[in-house]
Amino acid sequence: MSGHASTYEPKTGFTKWLDSRLPVVRLAYDSFVDFPTPKNLNYWYTFGGILAVCLMTQILTGVVLAMHYTATVDGAFASVERIMRDVPYGWLIRYIHSNGASMFFLAVYIHMFRGLYYGSYKAPREILWILGVVIFLLMMGTAFLGYVLPWGQMSYHGANVITGLIGAVPVVGDGIKAWLMGGPSIGNQTLQRFFSLHYLLPFMIAGVVILHIWALHVPGNNNPTGVEARKDKEGLKQDTVPFHPYYTVKDGFAIVVFLIIFAAFVFYMPNVLGHADNYIEADPLVTPAHIVPEWYLLPFYAILRAITFNIGPIDAKLLGVIAMFGAIAVLFFLPWLDTSKVKSMRYRPVARQFFFGFVVASLLLGWCGAANPDDPIIPMGSDKLVVSYTDANGNEATQTYEEYAAASTFRDQKMSEGVEATIAVEKAAAFRFVHLAQLLTLYYFAYFLVILPLLGLRENPKDEPASIHKAVLGHDRAAPAPAE
Amino acid sequence: MKFLRFISAGIGAAAIAATAHAAGGSLHAHEPEGGWAFEGPVGELDMASVQRGYQVYREVCASCHSMRLLSYRNLGEPGGPFYDPEYPNANNNPLVKSFAAQDEILSTEPNDVGDYDYRPARTSDPFKSPYPNDAAARAANGGALPPDLSVITKARHGGASYIYSLISGYPSEDVFSTREIPAEETPAAESEAEAEGEGAEAVDGGETEAAEAAAPAGPTSETVLKVSEIDSSHYDFSKYKGELVQPVGQYYNPYMAGDVSAQWRGDPRKTPPGGFLAMPPQLSDGRVSYLDGTEATVEQMSIDIANFLQWAGEPKQSQRKSTGLAVMIYLLIFAVLLWFSFHRIWRNVKH
Repeated sequence: MSGHASTYEPKTGFTKWLDSRLPVVRLAYDSFVDFPTPKNLNYWYTFGGILAVCLMTQILTGVVLAMHYTATVDGAFASVERIMRDVPYGWLIRYIHSNGASMFFLAVYIHMFRGLYYGSYKAPREILWILGVVIFLLMMGTAFLGYVLPWGQMSYHGANVITGLIGAVPVVGDGIKAWLMGGPSIGNQTLQRFFSLHYLLPFMIAGVVILHIWALHVPGNNNPTGVEARKDKEGLKQDTVPFHPYYTVKDGFAIVVFLIIFAAFVFYMPNVLGHADNYIEADPLVTPAHIVPEWYLLPFYAILRAITFNIGPIDAKLLGVIAMFGAIAVLFFLPWLDTSKVKSMRYRPVARQFFFGFVVASLLLGWCGAANPDDPIIPMGSDKLVVSYTDANGNEATQTYEEYAAASTFRDQKMSEGVEATIAVEKAAAFRFVHLAQLLTLYYFAYFLVILPLLGLRENPKDEPASIHKAVLGHDRAAPAPAE
Repeated sequence: MKFLRFISAGIGAAAIAATAHAAGGSLHAHEPEGGWAFEGPVGELDMASVQRGYQVYREVCASCHSMRLLSYRNLGEPGGPFYDPEYPNANNNPLVKSFAAQDEILSTEPNDVGDYDYRPARTSDPFKSPYPNDAAARAANGGALPPDLSVITKARHGGASYIYSLISGYPSEDVFSTREIPAEETPAAESEAEAEGEGAEAVDGGETEAAEAAAPAGPTSETVLKVSEIDSSHYDFSKYKGELVQPVGQYYNPYMAGDVSAQWRGDPRKTPPGGFLAMPPQLSDGRVSYLDGTEATVEQMSIDIANFLQWAGEPKQSQRKSTGLAVMIYLLIFAVLLWFSFHRIWRNVKH
């Protein structure tokens, strides 16, 4: 699993005995102690370790929560509150778990953007990247299932929206939907299977994480220069340091700083990342005014809602679902869509501009996902008033006004003549959230399907350093550091 | 500096999350003057206010609103309003016992012959609910279900400020007026006039009959409020020139989430904020006589009930903050130690 020549030497009789039967200590030593790691990794590379901490935290707190949780539609909401009120430190465990989901996604998004920037998806790390996308998909599934469990208003109606999406798939959609829900509608049986699956998926994530680390340790880490560490003995010595203690301490520092941010949410604003409506027990008969997913799914929600038009025989709803899943599916093909041989965007000045555009587009998509799509961002002109009435010939007629006083005078005049007249608002043209979301969705797909494939063939990248060692020395020369 | 950049990335993501809470068409809830004592990382609940709030809940709110997730014992537990260090077990706290004993509840266990008796509540019992079930609650409240108040501060944007703003935010009586509905303006009369105008005689006969049947039941007067005359130090209502017709059994409140456009007589582009709710204004000066002698103004009672509900929504909030302080200090020291370890270990490696 470590991908390099083992340097482990068992010292005691017991470890020699064990090593010849199950070399598990050797595996751990080669993977997490002696593993040669590029010496130039920056703090963006600490998020792998941070994510491992997030996963373990979620599993540990989740196992304890499951001991106290009741997966029935009558008991779920109250049992979550009972955990918060009567289980010793239950409030802490539950808040760590609910905020932990947000922290997990915050870290995974930074981790993914880091991979996009430094070209960590390129040969020889395609499988590593694809496994990462699989983990991301499993995380989204797990988060969605978990959000249903407290059985609040957003849980129920969010689940309704998501399962409704699957129902939009032609031919098989309704069957899959009923199979997922365990019946024709969301009810007790849905909650129970969601609970079961929510418990299962994290262990599947853990399994894929092991593969992910394996696939990382075969080629070794990428690094900010994108230049591979040399394999010969002298080159390897110059380019890398052993994982321990160099990266255990660096990752450790980053993890603790991350935990400080995590703790700030858990202890001082535990509900700020959630939605107030989820503290109202689920009521199928009352639909919340705005159904929005958790923040980490908002960009994909915005893509889903951005598709408001039919293309040929495919209607807008199905097209939205295709676009939303396509936004993730395209990531699987990224290693072959990016045609540039240069990994790091440090040496791709043009691509770097498009990358930062992509980051901004993703954040703005999140903003669009949270907003009401019909709300104007830039109003063009002002709303007008339209008085509708029946004219003397019995035809429908309208009269448009700017001022309310004039419109109501006209309406009252018509009414006094015995003619029914009503005032309605004619919305002025505006650049709305849905329009912004459409532009951003276009950019999102263009980035992967047009920009990266073409740019790699046309751009003039800057010269890459000959080795990590050279880069590190050059880096020091360019900005003289104080004597260390 | 690189390090600061990724922290700011995290804050950016949190800011995105915050926009998910863009509220509907109601006014933004505001704090009372001087803010809330429980705010901030070290803020603690004003327990005297929480105690008074419990009195307001018992004497006013509890006649319609349940608090099913709370038990009497919670009042005497650490962090609760009637916690007494002499009684670490809240079930022994005489004050809490007396609060419980004042309420008669239907026992949840059958008696010797299998019937369910009424008995005084025990400290372990949940707060007495005013109605046996939701259907009874709706029937007694004109079809509207008074929400359970256990987690109401967590279930509304604005939390305690929302409760405070809503309870004290009903328009004062002087902006209301009651008007007779002139006969020719009643809906029935209108449809009759319309039918005549179109000369559809067959329909005419039928509709007149219906109108006559409906006439005695229909309202003969309506309650109207002039929104532009609402006096508020928090919001300028003067731009809403027009009248709001208040439906029977419904009460306008600018802090209530909702949509009043159907009841608005005025420019439809400038519909006032807020909505209608089935709860009439509850508090008037002196509605309760506080045991601690505090003057029971509407403002004071609104603050107290909001403080009580803030506690009830999360009885462990003071424990959360005190634990948080210890955790933060621990993590900060840990981070500093790791920072120095990092620099020591890497001192001979250019990177």
